[in-house]
Amino acid sequence: MKLSGAEIVMECLVREGVETIFGYPGGATMPMLDAMLNYPIRHVLTRHEQGAAFAADGYARSSGKVGVAMATSGPGATNLVTGITTAMMDSSPVVFITGQVHSTLIGGDAFQETDVTGITLPITKHNYLVTSAEELAEVIREAFYIARSGRPGPVLIDICKDAQIEKVEFEYPEEEVCLPGYQPPTHATPASLEAAVKLIKEAKRPVILAGHGVLMSGAMSELYTFAEKTQTPVALTLLGLGSFPAGHPYNLGMMGMHGTAHSNLAIQNADLILAFGMRFDDRVTGTLRTYAPRAKKIHVDIDASEFNKNVTIDVALLGDLRAILADLNPKLETMDHQEWLQKIQTWVQESNDRDILYWENSDKLHAAHVIHDFWQQSRGEAIVTTGVGQHQMWTAQYYRQEKPYQLITSGGAGSMGFGMPSALGAWFAHKDREIWAIEGDGSFQMSLNELATLTQENANVKILVINNRYLGMVRQWQEFFFDKRYAATPITGPDFVKLAEAYGIPAVAVSERGQIKNALDFAHNTPGPVLVEFKVEQEDCVYPMVPTGAALDEMLLRPSLVRV
Amino acid sequence: MQHTLIAKVENIPGVLNRVASLFRRRNFNIDSLNVGRSENPKVSRMTIVIDNNAVDAAKVQSNLYKLVNVIDVQDVTNQPVVSRDLALIKVAATAEKRHEITNLANIFRANVIDVGTDSVIIEITGTVDKIESLMELLRPFGILEMVTTGQVAMLRGKSNGTSPNGHH
Repeated sequence: MKLSGAEIVMECLVREGVETIFGYPGGATMPMLDAMLNYPIRHVLTRHEQGAAFAADGYARSSGKVGVAMATSGPGATNLVTGITTAMMDSSPVVFITGQVHSTLIGGDAFQETDVTGITLPITKHNYLVTSAEELAEVIREAFYIARSGRPGPVLIDICKDAQIEKVEFEYPEEEVCLPGYQPPTHATPASLEAAVKLIKEAKRPVILAGHGVLMSGAMSELYTFAEKTQTPVALTLLGLGSFPAGHPYNLGMMGMHGTAHSNLAIQNADLILAFGMRFDDRVTGTLRTYAPRAKKIHVDIDASEFNKNVTIDVALLGDLRAILADLNPKLETMDHQEWLQKIQTWVQESNDRDILYWENSDKLHAAHVIHDFWQQSRGEAIVTTGVGQHQMWTAQYYRQEKPYQLITSGGAGSMGFGMPSALGAWFAHKDREIWAIEGDGSFQMSLNELATLTQENANVKILVINNRYLGMVRQWQEFFFDKRYAATPITGPDFVKLAEAYGIPAVAVSERGQIKNALDFAHNTPGPVLVEFKVEQEDCVYPMVPTGAALDEMLLRPSLVRV
Repeated sequence: MQHTLIAKVENIPGVLNRVASLFRRRNFNIDSLNVGRSENPKVSRMTIVIDNNAVDAAKVQSNLYKLVNVIDVQDVTNQPVVSRDLALIKVAATAEKRHEITNLANIFRANVIDVGTDSVIIEITGTVDKIESLMELLRPFGILEMVTTGQVAMLRGKSNGTSPNGHH
């Protein structure tokens, strides 16, 4: 059967299970958009390609499936770049499809021509330039396979316009994808497992560092078994939140720059670090010079280049975390670390004493209270996305994650404006769930345009704006390290309620803690998108904080508890 | 210490760019990089020489593996290996100096492959050390121009240059 390249793209996407594509049209993608009308694939029109990229990412992270974003050549493709980087830094499986000018025009600076494969080379797991329809079926299959397997990541396919139009014989290649240079590892070697078991048995003060890899490999129950069997407390990275239940007594919460004081103290005093699917990012280690100085380190990762990248390790277990933990658990006997757990418990008590949550209500509205109350009211069951900044850290701290895949946030790249578009993507994957985008007023203003997308799709996405009229995270750094010189951080915004209403989105603003419940109820009970703005304390800070260059246990703590 | 890596990569457009881009992005400084054909027309062969004091060879290796088009990478530094570099050296040579230069070239089993009125071009194949030694001796005559191909390397014996454990 002869099909056009555009039709072949659709045939292949349907076979990959794609139902939704987030994108923005243009001259170089018109044949594909036209073909899409004849296939069961929905094109969701965002208002900017970056929104499409974030939405596809949110779809991927909340569903575990590959997300797809599409944009035209030139500026359409370059507008995806921040979204591609975001997916790359957080190992998110997204396939980006871009249109490219006619293959014969390549290199001639044609209208809307850009070297997209060149631009995205360092920010994709792999990318392709397709110049003839013949290549399409193989390339698309490979792209999806590469995106979702091994350490997942974004793959870009740049398709020339003539390759979309050209008609060729189409036969779907049914055999498995075989790439000689790409064979993701699965099980660790027996020798490395034995070495790990030895260290685990010798340890008196072990700590597990659970990262995004736990969620990506679906190793939650294996992690749970490991932690219980060996009585090992679990500290989590930002992207690892949800991989171990927040309410479990072994859960130490988030580690690192804005992690809990007790998790950081546990890491610094540990004699064994078990790094499960995490990469020792500078935001979780503090200065490397003094990081976990007394600990041997076991590192489990599917990407060998992560071993010894930042932190020198003692045992490397290369492979799929779930497979490795399943191999490891039967080799371990039940262990007793009560003494260590009790020591940590004293640190937890100190953390609690300083926690703003335990402050009595004042006339001030604190973001932490807003998020805590929201967590309680939604029983922790909403899928929550965030932008980047203080509100993101408060969400990580106070929206306690009992279950996996419910927190969607840009960790590695730290891309502002991620919250609302990624919530839109999550909604397309979970139309039965409550989806909330928690945004700061700064971050929100980077993606405001997507309000129109929510309206057009009547997406049941609730927006919670934490408005402190500052770019709060930078302001906080200025307060601590730049002598309170607030350069470029005071920020105005529109009347968010009126703005939302202009888009047909019901909205309400809150400035007192007593009004939180009603506002959240209003959002919950109103179908479709709703915006709730919280006008919070302007100069609040995220605590604890490990300053750049400081050791992990040299934290700035919330000034001693002043009970009002 | 210098490390020599042999990488087998798919012979398709853009692979050299991917490797070069990786080295730039990870800030890996390399001493030499040679790309050429292999016994298999679908596979190109790269010989990469790095200074292990500046860059960890294991890091280079594990990052190369991340490239989908890289089939195999082997660190052959501590293995029985033959390695060769080819250099073309243009030396200032008046008629009366020509004989002396040719003699030096002969001692190194190098060939004089071009003779001009004021210069000769010498072709030398060998280890980097051997080429350096000849260069030292030619320097007093005046080296006008020099180019090397970069090192190529091959394991001795039956090995086909693919790591015994396959991938990783």
